[in-house]
Amino acid sequence: MDEQQLLSQSLQTDEDVVRLRKAVRDHLVRLGFSLVEQTKMVTAASELARNTLRYGGGGEALIEELNNGSKRGLRLVFADQGPGIADLTLALTDGYTTGGGLGLGLSGAKRLADEFDIDTVPGAGTKVSIIKWKPF
Amino acid sequence: MERIPILRMGRLLLVTIQVDMHDRLAMTLQDDLTERIVRDRARGVLIDISALDMVDSFIGRMISNTASMARVLDARTVVVGMQPAVAITLVELGLTLDGVRTALNVERGVKLLESEIEG
Repeated sequence: MDEQQLLSQSLQTDEDVVRLRKAVRDHLVRLGFSLVEQTKMVTAASELARNTLRYGGGGEALIEELNNGSKRGLRLVFADQGPGIADLTLALTDGYTTGGGLGLGLSGAKRLADEFDIDTVPGAGTKVSIIKWKPF
Repeated sequence: MERIPILRMGRLLLVTIQVDMHDRLAMTLQDDLTERIVRDRARGVLIDISALDMVDSFIGRMISNTASMARVLDARTVVVGMQPAVAITLVELGLTLDGVRTALNVERGVKLLESEIEG
């Protein structure tokens, strides 16, 4: 699989989340995703970026355009050095929140993306990765 | 501090969100709307989101909270202009926006609110 263009965006402020939304939208438009697919992925990105900020103590987002020969895609990775998630099953349950939110961010992002991966160790940070594919 | 302008139209408050809001701005809007409902004795709030190409769970919750607070203050809320892609995404996200009525555009939203505010 070819991976082109790895871009890193800092996630330390509310404004960074807005900047990330725009960057993700721009990539998705350029890759030719439909408006609905764009909106789903940008929304997922916003949820995960917020999590990185609020629960992860800030971190970064990595944007990668993918091309595996039969389809193009966009991968987003959200990484922080925060406290990690102690109970992943619980965290992935709709409505579960430790921060007074709606508890839909993590589970929602999983539904909105085509692929979802999470790597978390309590005390050692969290890395969430989502991919949206577009067949040629 | 940046704020989203709130217009008064008779007994209604009208707000058109035209920027990609960061979380702090959304919270400021929620507080400003609540304060204005009391100050202007508004009976209805119309939130125009036709320019928003994304509504995530935080913004969705801001809208729901605003509607709930308005209700407590005897005012009704209508959200207008939701883009189809946004509606589809909200459903998939699992965000139901309970207690928030919607209308197609500002004109219909105003009619809806006016018909509910009798007396």
